[in-house]
This record gives sequence, structure tokens and C-alpha cells, in this order.
Amino acid sequence: MDLTFFVQQLFNALQLGSLYALIALGYTMVYGVLLLINFAHGDIFMVGAFLGVFASMVLGLPFVAALIVSMLLTGLLGVTIERVAYKPLRHASRLSVVITALGVGLLLENGMLALTGADPRSYPEGFINTTSFSIAGVNLTSVKIIIIVLAFVLFFGLYAIVQRTKWGMAMRAISYDKFAVPLMGVSQNQIISLTFLLGASLAAAGGILWGTAFPVLSPYMGLRVGWKAFIAAVVGGIGDIRGAMLGGLLLGFIEIYTVAYGKDIGITSTWRDPIVFGLLLIILVVRPTGLFGVARRQKV
Amino acid sequence: MNKRIVGVILTLSVIGMTLGFAPVSAQDDCDFAGEIYIGVIAPLTGEIPKVGQSTVEAAEMAVAEVNAECGLQIDDENYEVIILVEDNEAKAESSVAVATRLIVEEEVTAIIGPQASRQAVPTGQVANDRETPMISPWSTNPDTTFDRPWVFRVAFLDPFQGPVVANFAASEFGAQTAAVLYDVASDYPKGLAENFRDAATDAGIEVVAFESFTTGDTDFSSQLTNIINASPDVLFTPQYYNEVPLIVQQARDLGYEGQIVGSDSWGTPDLLDLCGAACEGLFFSTHYAPDIATEVGQTFITAYEQEYGAKPDDVAALTYDAFQLLFTAIEDANSLDKAEIRDALASVELFEGVTGVMSFDEQGDPIKCAVIIQIKDGAFTYYDSACPAGFPPETTD
Repeated sequence: MDLTFFVQQLFNALQLGSLYALIALGYTMVYGVLLLINFAHGDIFMVGAFLGVFASMVLGLPFVAALIVSMLLTGLLGVTIERVAYKPLRHASRLSVVITALGVGLLLENGMLALTGADPRSYPEGFINTTSFSIAGVNLTSVKIIIIVLAFVLFFGLYAIVQRTKWGMAMRAISYDKFAVPLMGVSQNQIISLTFLLGASLAAAGGILWGTAFPVLSPYMGLRVGWKAFIAAVVGGIGDIRGAMLGGLLLGFIEIYTVAYGKDIGITSTWRDPIVFGLLLIILVVRPTGLFGVARRQKV
Repeated sequence: MNKRIVGVILTLSVIGMTLGFAPVSAQDDCDFAGEIYIGVIAPLTGEIPKVGQSTVEAAEMAVAEVNAECGLQIDDENYEVIILVEDNEAKAESSVAVATRLIVEEEVTAIIGPQASRQAVPTGQVANDRETPMISPWSTNPDTTFDRPWVFRVAFLDPFQGPVVANFAASEFGAQTAAVLYDVASDYPKGLAENFRDAATDAGIEVVAFESFTTGDTDFSSQLTNIINASPDVLFTPQYYNEVPLIVQQARDLGYEGQIVGSDSWGTPDLLDLCGAACEGLFFSTHYAPDIATEVGQTFITAYEQEYGAKPDDVAALTYDAFQLLFTAIEDANSLDKAEIRDALASVELFEGVTGVMSFDEQGDPIKCAVIIQIKDGAFTYYDSACPAGFPPETTD
């Protein structure tokens, strides 16, 4: 086996996988707390990427500042969406909420289309300093390294919040029993808002990193990516943030390595998607709750 | 005037405009005996909106020009040309739906469009089944017109374009090996990728990697790493202007130093903004180059620049040609009957358009020259021409 080739593909997989993971985290957190599949999440990711474009083009902010501004604003957007669209339906049937989520997604997508037009966008030149370098035949760029490092930093930051802080404890508690926790004096609304704030700002970070790695942004960019990240969250075990991270990385690795080594056994890259999703299906057949998922008892 | 009536009229005109029924106003001093409705199907939204914009701009210009000269003459009477523009969102299914609507509900005489083969191939079936003449300006996949007597086009075909690029790679770069990266889910790239592979083999180039992805993908790193591992002299990627920048940039980031060549789908000026310095110096084949335009072409280019403030791209030029071809056929047929217009289209022998002289074969496909464009100093610059053997039949000097 050609080691350089393997390592090169390893970095390709890490980049793609950590981007999926950042988005998958938002799906999994909202599901954990509300048992809601937030189908607008892919479009929140798109809005995050575009807010980065506005911050850099209009305000002239550099990468780090644009990232922080976009994360904050997109986080607030996530909270607003929950307050306006999901909260009034908290006691409605779950189907109503899912349909509302789809509607919010369409609103964001077409709103952005109306606002910016259908022409693809990209970040201005010099938004992020791209330098290419080669280590032992493996070609890397600074953007690739930043994406991988930042994704892991954000994940561990989130993990620390959820595991080590009182807010995180409240979040886990609500996910465990959303009726008992308010009785202990914990504000359910605040915790849900916090969940949306964190989830949406991670999606914004994912959006901007995605836009620097793949600099052609369109209002439709959230559709496919959101859909794949959702699958990653399910495979990892939806509701568990370690699962989302692992699921995202796993999806990235399978996608990249199917193409990389499939041709050696006569499978061309045309077969990538059937194989990727076939493998994921097998994982779900073996572990229906996903890699980290725990079966929930249905209370009738 | 009554406020309510004004309100209703305003509302109706707004609805009319959003639906795309913005009729181009004609000269008042012409006495029109009737109207000819032509459907235009373009990707106004979706992945390649610039293609849609060029289509509509060229269509509106062609129609405004003909109406300024009192429309089309049929039986010594003047008919005003009216276009109905429909958005197909760059999707095959929407394209089929709007084509059916245009034919059945609007009863259009003919259809110009769709542009990309992915929509033109299925839509051509609808036009053919419902016996309505259709001219696709930009589609180069053979299936669009194949065995469809009602469907025509003004662009050359991929079985011609494939060899043009392959021969260029062999003669210009002395390429010994080539790789291809294409979208397997889209008719145009898939067909052209296969044409290129066959032509390259014929030209003595070994195709060392033939990698694909599916529409909407943005990460090509794995395929490109495979390609780079096979170290080809030239990489051919017949993709659209929203994908080429990603492919070129990722290939360079992953350490590819060879040539990258493309096809006519590259020729939308937005490519230059999105790709920037990464695309500088690259070559692709296309339908026309403003730098070598003939007199017909120059007139069009000047008028277009005056109207829209930019040079027309290949989509605009081909759309304009499609309209001229249709106008010629309608006047030749001297009838509004769709079958007679079809026959007239089929019997056009030699047509001089903005994109050059073309003659037509029995499938309704033009025989014409291609040009090679180089991206130079951030602009599309003419580099070379490639013509079919024995074409054009007569020189015009």
C-alpha cells in the first residue's frame, strides 16, 4: 500500500468528516433536548456561511472576526426560530413541528435567494491566508489544517460545556426527563434556547469553514450537506454529541476511502453513494439506535 | 381613475411579471394581424442562474429587434412575436413540466430552450411527442435531437467536441496521458467525458484515470488524489462554471501541476470571478469567441453590449442564433402551422449566425466549427479554431 496516498486521503477524510460533524452536532443536540428533528438546520448552516460573506464583504472583517460575528448572529437566529416557530407547538403533535421545521428551512432558503439572488458567492480574496505546503509528499493547505483543528476544538469545547457546567447538566437532565426537571427550578425555556444557540453557532462555524474549503456558496448549499449531516447524526446515535462527531467523521472516511480504494477492487467512483449509504444502513441494522444511541422507552 | 381598478391592474401586472409574462412592447406604427407565441425555457434559478440570465437577455433582444421591424411576415401580414419565459430551476422535472404547460395551455408555436442537456434531453421528448418545434441553443448531448424530428439545435455535438479537446491536448501539450473528472448524474458531462475518453485513445493519449462524482458534490479531494496518483499530463473536466473553480482549486491544493482543460460549459463569465487566479492560463473549447466575430456577430455583440453593458457569452450568442433560425424558418414556411415550421427548419441548408456558419444534418444537428479559448489576464481570449473536415464549404472572402 502506498503510504503517501493513504495519508493524503486521510487528511481529505478528516476535513470532510469534521465539517459533517460540526453540522451533525446541531441536529443531535436539538433532538436530545426536544426530540425534534430540526430540518431547518441545513439552511441555518447556509445562513451562517452567507453571514460570513456579508461580514467579510460589507464590514471588511478578517476570518476570525467574521467567524465570531456569524456564529453569534446565527446563534441568535437559531434561538429566534425556536421561539417563533417551535415553541408555540411544544405541546402539538411531533408531526406538526417537523412540518414547521421543513417550512422554516424553505423560508430561509428562499429568503436568501430573494436577498442575494441565485448567483453563487465566494469569500473575498485574502479572507483567509491559504498557503500550500508539502510534507513527505502529502500536500496540505493551511485551510485544511485550520478546519480540522477548529472542528475538534469546537467539539471538545461543546463537550466540556455539556459535561462540566451546570447548564450542560441541566441540558442532559432535560433530555433525560423534561417533566421532572422544571420542578427542580430549572427553566426549560432557557435551556432550550441555549441548545439552539449552541447548535446554530456550530452550524455557522461549519458554514464558514465549508465556504473557505469549497468557495462556491449558493442558497441551496444547505440541502445536501444538511441531509448528509443528519444521516451522520443518526448513525452516530442521535441525541449523543460524541455520536454526532463520530458519525460525521465516519461518513467522511467512508466517502473518501470508497473512492480511494474502490477502484482497486473494480468499483469506480460512480458507486460511491450507493456504497456509503449501504454501509451506513448495515450499521443501523446491527445497531438500530446508532453507535452511541440508547434505546428510549416509549411511555404510552 | 378608480383606485380599485388601478390596484387590480397593478396587481395583475405584478403577477404577470412574476409568472414571466412580460411581453416585449412592439412598435406602435406597425399594423399587426396577430401574435406568434414562443416559449423560452431557461434556468433562471438553481445552480446555473447566469445561463438563464443570458438566455433571457438574448431572447428579449432578438424579439425586440424583430418586432421593431414589424414582426414576422406571413402571407403579407405582420405578426408580433411574443415570448413567454419559464424558469426550469435547472431541473429536468421542472423543465418537462413547464414545456408541457407552454405547449398545452399557452399553445406556443415553438420552444427555444432548455439550455443544459440534463434538461434538454427529457424536454426534447415532450416537444417531439406533442409535435411542437423546439430548438435547444446550448445543449451538445446527441440524445437531445436524436430520432426526434421536431427537435433542433444550434450548438455542435459532444462527439465533435470530445475529439476537438483531445486533439488539442495532444498537439498543444504533447500529452501522453490524461485523466477525466465528471458528474455522472448529468447528461452533458457524462456524454462528453465518454466522447473525450474515446477520442483521446484514438489520438494516442492513454486515459489513466476516469473519476466521477454526483451533482451537488463540492468535495472532490478523494477523486483528485486518485487522479494525481496516476500523474496525468492533462486533466479534462467538462463541468459547469459553479463547479470548475472548486475542481481547479482543489486539484492545485492537492499538488496537481499538469494542465487542466475544459469544454463549452466553462464559458460563463462568472467563472472568472469565482475561480480567480487559479484558472489563469487554462484552455477550453466552446462555440464562439467575440474576438473573431464576423459581421453578423459584431452587430450582435455591439447591440448586446449597449443594452446590457457586458459582452454576450456563448449562451447568449447561441440563444440569439436559435431565434434567428426560428424566424427564418417561420418566414420560409409562410405559415403558423407547427408542422410546416418544422419542415422549414429541417430544410434550412446553410445558416450564418453569431456563432458562425452552420449547415444541418438529417438529425437537425448543425455542422460547424469550434473555438479554443484561453483564460488570459482574467478574460476569455481566442486561441485557436477547430473545424470539421471540409467545413465551412465555401470561404466568404
